[in-house]
Amino acid sequence: MYGNDFSAPDDPPGGGLLGEVEAAEAALREAAARARRSGAAPGEDLDAYFADVIEADQKIEPRDWMPDDYRRTLIRQIAQHAHSEIIGMQPEGNWISRAPSLKRKAILLAKVQDEAGHGLYLYAAAETLGIDRDELVELLLSGRQKYSSIFNYPTLTWADVGAIGWLVDGAAIVNQVPLCRCSYGPYARAMIRVCKEESFHQRQGYEILHTLAHGTEGQKAMAQDAVDRWWYPSLAMFGPPDADSTHSAKSMAWKIKRFSNDELRQRFVDMCVGQAEVLGLTLPDPDLRWNDERQAYDYTQPDYDELMQVIKGNGPCNRQRMEHRRRAHTEGAWVREAAAAYAAKRAEKKEKVAA
Amino acid sequence: MSKETSPLWEVFVRARRGLSHTHVGSLHAPDAELALRNARDVYTRRQEGVSIWVVPASAITASSPDEKDAFFDPAADKVYRHPTFYEVPDGVAHL
Amino acid sequence: MTGTHFEFALGLGDDALIAAQRLGEWTSRAPEMEEDIALANIALDQLGAARLLLTYAGELEGAGRDEDALAYLRDDRQFRNCLLVELPNGDFAVTMAKLFFLSAYQLPLYAALAGCADERLAAIGAKARKESAYHLDHAALWVKRLGDGTEESHRRMQAAVDEVWPYVHELFAADPAAPVDPATLRADFDATVADVLDEATLTRPADGWAPGGGRAGVHTEHLSFLLAEMQVLHRAHPGARW
Repeated sequence: MYGNDFSAPDDPPGGGLLGEVEAAEAALREAAARARRSGAAPGEDLDAYFADVIEADQKIEPRDWMPDDYRRTLIRQIAQHAHSEIIGMQPEGNWISRAPSLKRKAILLAKVQDEAGHGLYLYAAAETLGIDRDELVELLLSGRQKYSSIFNYPTLTWADVGAIGWLVDGAAIVNQVPLCRCSYGPYARAMIRVCKEESFHQRQGYEILHTLAHGTEGQKAMAQDAVDRWWYPSLAMFGPPDADSTHSAKSMAWKIKRFSNDELRQRFVDMCVGQAEVLGLTLPDPDLRWNDERQAYDYTQPDYDELMQVIKGNGPCNRQRMEHRRRAHTEGAWVREAAAAYAAKRAEKKEKVAA
Repeated sequence: MSKETSPLWEVFVRARRGLSHTHVGSLHAPDAELALRNARDVYTRRQEGVSIWVVPASAITASSPDEKDAFFDPAADKVYRHPTFYEVPDGVAHL
Repeated sequence: MTGTHFEFALGLGDDALIAAQRLGEWTSRAPEMEEDIALANIALDQLGAARLLLTYAGELEGAGRDEDALAYLRDDRQFRNCLLVELPNGDFAVTMAKLFFLSAYQLPLYAALAGCADERLAAIGAKARKESAYHLDHAALWVKRLGDGTEESHRRMQAAVDEVWPYVHELFAADPAAPVDPATLRADFDATVADVLDEATLTRPADGWAPGGGRAGVHTEHLSFLLAEMQVLHRAHPGARW
């Protein structure tokens, strides 16, 4: 249906993807317009009712009945996604103070700000499932919920900001565009808004690398080094191979997830090859080549043992990222308390006036 | 930030003159003034809004998909939120 | 005449640039996620004003320096910003005290600039005054909440006001030849400060020590470190495009 309309090598990246986001948005309106039944009929089997709504490509909304497992799966996935946006501010935020021109500084600041906004949209979507944001924040800070492992790699040079935009945001978009069609309404709608903004991020990253790759020898080397370091971790963002993926089957049946890890990874690789050529940079995989039979590129798999190590907390920056987040939360406690105390005092004064 | 000290607010934005306020999402803030300021920052970063409303989520009573049945979460006092998250093109079709 | 205008635009541009640099340091560190977004918005406004002012300053100078040449290739002795903006962020109370005093000065300044004879400066003033009104509103909102919040927040906010206050006097040093004479802004500033501090249950410190020198390029020890970080990458690749 869609999937082969990714940007041609000469197009700026993201173009085809933005079209897919718009198609998902149109599909969402169409489904709404079909105005199916609202609740289950009295005495109707609830599992059957739920399956029926999913089958009809209708959205599940917050007050609908849903299986506990569906609710739990969604909370876990949306929260992990929200945490990733918030932790993801750090690697790029690392370069705001040193951005090499005022224009780049402004763009980067706005981008990192967008990530905070995306985190907030997603926490709000998770809250519709009956959990509070402070509980989710607590789960992150205590290490009981995860965030995307990619953010446990360091940003060592300015080119890393470009590589994150092109490869990491690119992989995230390939992952997230199908989520715009997720069966849970609030998540699908949040993802539509997030994806629209993300596609600009990816273009920015691509532009940074393009400028570097066409700049001085030193700049070009910086760009190649960044691509060398970020390529395999970006491939690992799609998760373990399908054979080893624990959550996939059920999520596919529920239409939370629409494509397998390996399908999305392949799609990403196919998209990047042409874009790398335009940049004049080399993807660090000597075995990367077109397979005429499969009509796709053969490529070397990322090191999944390394991915597991990073997930377990042993990546280069896990401790640093968590410590940074915990410190911000702890050091902000007195400010949040002050705002709450002030609000309580004002409410009390108002009551007195009214009485 | 806890439920009691930093409650949830629903945010409605009028994107342009002539349109009605549309639900765009929610946020946490200890009081209305801060909620309004936060709404401006979070939801109109790209200058979509000319007018913003914030409403305590606890002040909203929500209906259920089927009012006759109480098989879903029976806690009727529990406010479930339904963020819109994207600008509904008001007056879309030939108004 | 043009020389004065150049110095004036440079001073305001440097104020905005250094304020943006400091506010940007808060990214991913704010007390609440919503506040992270608000501080970034204010930093972006300051950075936007800085770029307009530095670009114009470069044109007035006529030596071919653009915004980046002015931001990245001058040393601390050539910067003309006030000392207030280069002070370290401190805790959230110190940052809010700095922002409150800065915006209570920038708002009447930009408003006056909007009506000045220099068209370019007038246009910049017209744009920036709306932003400053928002910054002042935001900072005042927090000064009140921290001042009249908990015992701890009151103590921290008063300490922050006491620490930062001496640095406000430099902002209003008379300069009758400038497009807007800063001395004329003081009454407006004092009225705003009195209102907000009063509502915040805070005490305005007595005037006394009044450090200055920023407009003449004599800064605190902090500025050189700030610039070292801000300029390091740009200077490592002379002549490169970004």
